[in-house]
Amino acid sequence: MRTLYVAQGVAWRVLHNVFTNPSLLLPSLIFPLFFFTAFAGGLSGIARVPGFDYPPGYTAFQFVFVLLQSAAFGGVFTGFGIARDFESGFGRRLLLAAPHRTGIVLGYAAAALVRWAVTIGVVTVVALLVGMNVAGSGIDLVGLYTLGLIINVAAVLWATGVALRLRTMQAGPVMQMPVFLLLFFAPVYVPLALLQGWIHDVARVNPITRVLEAGRGFLAGTPTEVGLAFSVGGALVVLFSFWALRGLRSAEQAG
Amino acid sequence: MTDAFADQVALLARRSVVRTARQPANVVFPLVFPLLLLAVNSSGLRSATHLPGFPTDSYLAFALAVPFIQGALFATMNAGTDLARDIQTGFLNRLALTPMRSIALLAGQLGGVMVMTLIQAAVWIAAGLLLGVHFAAGPLGIVVLFVYALLIGLGFGALGAFLALRTGSGEAIQGLFPVFFVFLFISSMALPRNLIETDWFRTAATINPVSYLLEGVRSLIIIGWDPEALGLGFGIGAVLAAVALSLATMALHTRMERT
Repeated sequence: MRTLYVAQGVAWRVLHNVFTNPSLLLPSLIFPLFFFTAFAGGLSGIARVPGFDYPPGYTAFQFVFVLLQSAAFGGVFTGFGIARDFESGFGRRLLLAAPHRTGIVLGYAAAALVRWAVTIGVVTVVALLVGMNVAGSGIDLVGLYTLGLIINVAAVLWATGVALRLRTMQAGPVMQMPVFLLLFFAPVYVPLALLQGWIHDVARVNPITRVLEAGRGFLAGTPTEVGLAFSVGGALVVLFSFWALRGLRSAEQAG
Repeated sequence: MTDAFADQVALLARRSVVRTARQPANVVFPLVFPLLLLAVNSSGLRSATHLPGFPTDSYLAFALAVPFIQGALFATMNAGTDLARDIQTGFLNRLALTPMRSIALLAGQLGGVMVMTLIQAAVWIAAGLLLGVHFAAGPLGIVVLFVYALLIGLGFGALGAFLALRTGSGEAIQGLFPVFFVFLFISSMALPRNLIETDWFRTAATINPVSYLLEGVRSLIIIGWDPEALGLGFGIGAVLAAVALSLATMALHTRMERT
């Protein structure tokens, strides 16, 4: 109960800061829209490449990538906030004040989820307005957004672990770069089968590829690799939960 | 140019280079990030070369133009942030008390940007050659590419200096970075304009001057000597440099008056 109380307080503070500060809110809203526009608009000709077979079309194909990207970067942006809190000294006061500190991590994760829900709501509306085809059923769409939610939780736990260990804004690239690489070493522009060379080999073993392929399957109404994708997402959440909680212990020891 | 003025510019250019070199993030990130994106995009979009009308069978050769513009964007940010820091720390105020001519500060700062631009261009060209890109315009084309990179670096560097002098804030400059990136992404960065199918995007890319800067670089790599692409690229680069330098000079005078 005390954990939830702490989590609620931390989440409320983060959300209040984000939604009352345009310089924090706008980048997380604008970047996914911008990537969606640039990829779905500028690269739509890619759908004519021989062998490209995704019936809902290129806009839907890119929407799934942007959904996962916004989920992952929503988590990373929350990690920036944690680092900022510790750099300014607020984080240390929070550690002193919280009766149960695991609630701090839970609070940041809950705030990241709400933040992403707003972002993906806006991106979805824009995608539908520009004519994105949705072939999946309601259940398929629940699967798609649940995958995004899992990736958001995994990313915020990863970023939290880094922020709690390094406790400085200079940790930004450390949080961001691995997430960026994992996302872009997946089949971003064309399906896995059309990738050639080293990127195909890397994408094949990249766990995010499974999540991306499953997400695209949901939107197309032809679910594929569902069990594998959810297993990968679940494993990432479990792994990064330990990472974040060990980070919390590290911050506690630093005093 | 008098000897004294030349000495002032050389001193400040050296300061700019040393300051950049002492911050590894300012050297490594502008070199590594464009190369990383080049690797990802050139592999991920290789199948785009199968589109009818695609101008080359090597997407790497097509995409090699992008780091030149990305590097220039980083030059804008670095020049702007360094100059803003000079304003914030009071260096500009102290400079105003010396006999040093204020315009030497701008020239020196841009001199440092040009050195960084040269290093970046050498890295992009070397990476292309190592990965098997054939430069259609030959060795002379590579020389022209260096000149072109310097012109673009000068233009964007002066733009960064202008913004720094106007805002006096490093954070404001960093905040403008995404705006510049919009210009890069809404351009012919990923596909030739004639192969962009979405009408509004093709129109935006056609209006966007960054498309022509990219196409200038690209023409030397994949076409050879294309007078129209080179004329447009050099023309837009020259206009950008002239306008940005004028604006930066005026802003510098205003800033020094305030000081």
